[in-house]
Amino acid sequence: MRLALVLGEVGQGLRRNLSMVVSVVLVTFISLTFVGTAILLQAQINQMKSYWYDRAQVAVYFCTDFSGVGGCDQTAATPEQVAAVEAQLESETLAPFIDAYYFEDREQAFENFQAQFEGNAIASLVTPELMTEAYWVNLVDPTQSQILADALSGLAGVESVVDQRSYLDQIFNILNASSFTAIGIAALMLVAAALLIATTIRLSAFSRRRELGIMRLVGASNRFIQTPFVIEGVVAALIGSVLAAGAVVAIVQFFVQGYLSETLPQTSFVGLDDALLVVPVLLGVGALLAAVSANVAITRYLRV
Amino acid sequence: MIRFDEVTKVYRGTAKPALNSVSLEVLSGEFVFMVGASGSGKSSMLRLVLKEDRPSSGAIHVLGQDLNRISSRKVPYFRRNLGVVFQDFRLLPNKTVFANVAFTLQVIGKSKGFIHEAVPDVLAMVGLEGKAERFPHELSGGEQQRVAIARAVVNKPSILLADEPTGNLDPTTSMGIMTLLERINANGTTVIMATHDAGIVDRLQRRVVELVGGRVVRDERGGGYVTQAMPQVQPDIVIPAAGPREGLR
Ligand SMILES: Nc1ncnc2c1ncn2[C@@H]1O[C@H](COP(=O)(O)OP(=O)(O)OP(=O)(O)O)[C@@H](O)[C@H]1O
Ligand SMILES: [Mg+2]
Repeated sequence: MRLALVLGEVGQGLRRNLSMVVSVVLVTFISLTFVGTAILLQAQINQMKSYWYDRAQVAVYFCTDFSGVGGCDQTAATPEQVAAVEAQLESETLAPFIDAYYFEDREQAFENFQAQFEGNAIASLVTPELMTEAYWVNLVDPTQSQILADALSGLAGVESVVDQRSYLDQIFNILNASSFTAIGIAALMLVAAALLIATTIRLSAFSRRRELGIMRLVGASNRFIQTPFVIEGVVAALIGSVLAAGAVVAIVQFFVQGYLSETLPQTSFVGLDDALLVVPVLLGVGALLAAVSANVAITRYLRV
Repeated sequence: MIRFDEVTKVYRGTAKPALNSVSLEVLSGEFVFMVGASGSGKSSMLRLVLKEDRPSSGAIHVLGQDLNRISSRKVPYFRRNLGVVFQDFRLLPNKTVFANVAFTLQVIGKSKGFIHEAVPDVLAMVGLEGKAERFPHELSGGEQQRVAIARAVVNKPSILLADEPTGNLDPTTSMGIMTLLERINANGTTVIMATHDAGIVDRLQRRVVELVGGRVVRDERGGGYVTQAMPQVQPDIVIPAAGPREGLR
């Protein structure tokens, strides 16, 4: 009996303020789509990070005839000096940290360079003599590159010890900044959604002030009076959340998996399973946001 | 049943109090008329009894409860003991007579079975049998007020507050409403009615409380709209100064 009555009130309220309800649906839809996209962007960044960080190597570059930086004196590293570095890599202190390593001589470096810059004018300017010999080291734990740097950069004939992760960090900083921007926009839009829900509920209460006045006179409990309004807000917001969830799943399905993965097959992208994990978050955020703002709005409306 | 102790009510933004140090006691089963010029504070008093507003100072006890101490969460439950009727009926236009009365019971959580017994009973009591399925706009003013009274008493309240219930009705219809209110009073409900209707007050000869500028200037058992000792001209001006009134309190 009472449940039917409450739901009847909800239906009435939704119908009476249809245009406001539609705007609540649209604003929650758009803001939660932003939230979902921001979450997926973060997931994508983390996924790429772990993929690339695992593949990042530490390079131990040797001196060349043209190099005057580090411990170099414009003379190329001798085979003895290279052997000394290899001995260090094999030594008991460093070996436990090293997963694998290999030596790249000038010819190999030249070939790699030619392959990388194929068609570029710089490729024809470079000769094998300009290239740098190097040990490429895969660490067991990629975060511990400092150990290699400490142990090897002081050795004779070593120009520098470079962790590739330092290049990756710059790229990820840019990606992170864009993801935080998306989160910031999403937060602003959520604030707008909350305010709009509050306004809609106040309007709905105003259009039903006769019933509300009578309910209060005859002693309907506060919770009984407020519940229909809260449900009204939650229903409107949930419709928006479901649309947002659909949009996020569609973006992943058709844009990310359908287009990006085809275009960039080497990169792994967030998949449908990640999108489906975001869905309950969006529904939860939408419902909670609406419940809280509708509750605050109706409580304050009834107090005055 | 109802007791006002030195109650003063000053509305925000106004300097002159709407009620000025009012003390009054209404016993169980009484029928009390509140009279006085427009703006003398009758409606303000009824609103305080309902706890729609809180007094600026002084204490109000209703049904043994101190209204200053009752928490806002408990107010709805307190109001279930009171029925209210207004000059403008305040029915829901999109609900039938039956639904208007049933609404009261639904929102306080009464069962369907109870509602289907109580509503026809109370509609018969107010003389509206056969009109349960009508909408308010299909009823005369007197009939609409009967619906409002039915709604106010269907939950068998111990107190009925009526703010100018006959204000919009012709004298014959008004007398019908008064007969109904007397019947409700005879069944044990305390009735407090604010009115400007001199004919009704004079006819019924009940307790009369007169307010002038927020002060009780007369509290007379079996009184008329104006007391016999009063000059009939300009009562508002004369009453507060008139010495003999004090003896009547
Ligand atoms: N909500 C309010 N805010 C400010 N002042 C108010 C408010 N309600 C009433 N008043 C003032 O309080 C005084 C008493 O008003 P009240 O409505 O109690 O008079 P009344 O005796 O019921 O008059 P009437 O016979 O016209 O209904 C008036 O001066 C009125 O202007
Ligand atoms: Mg009044």
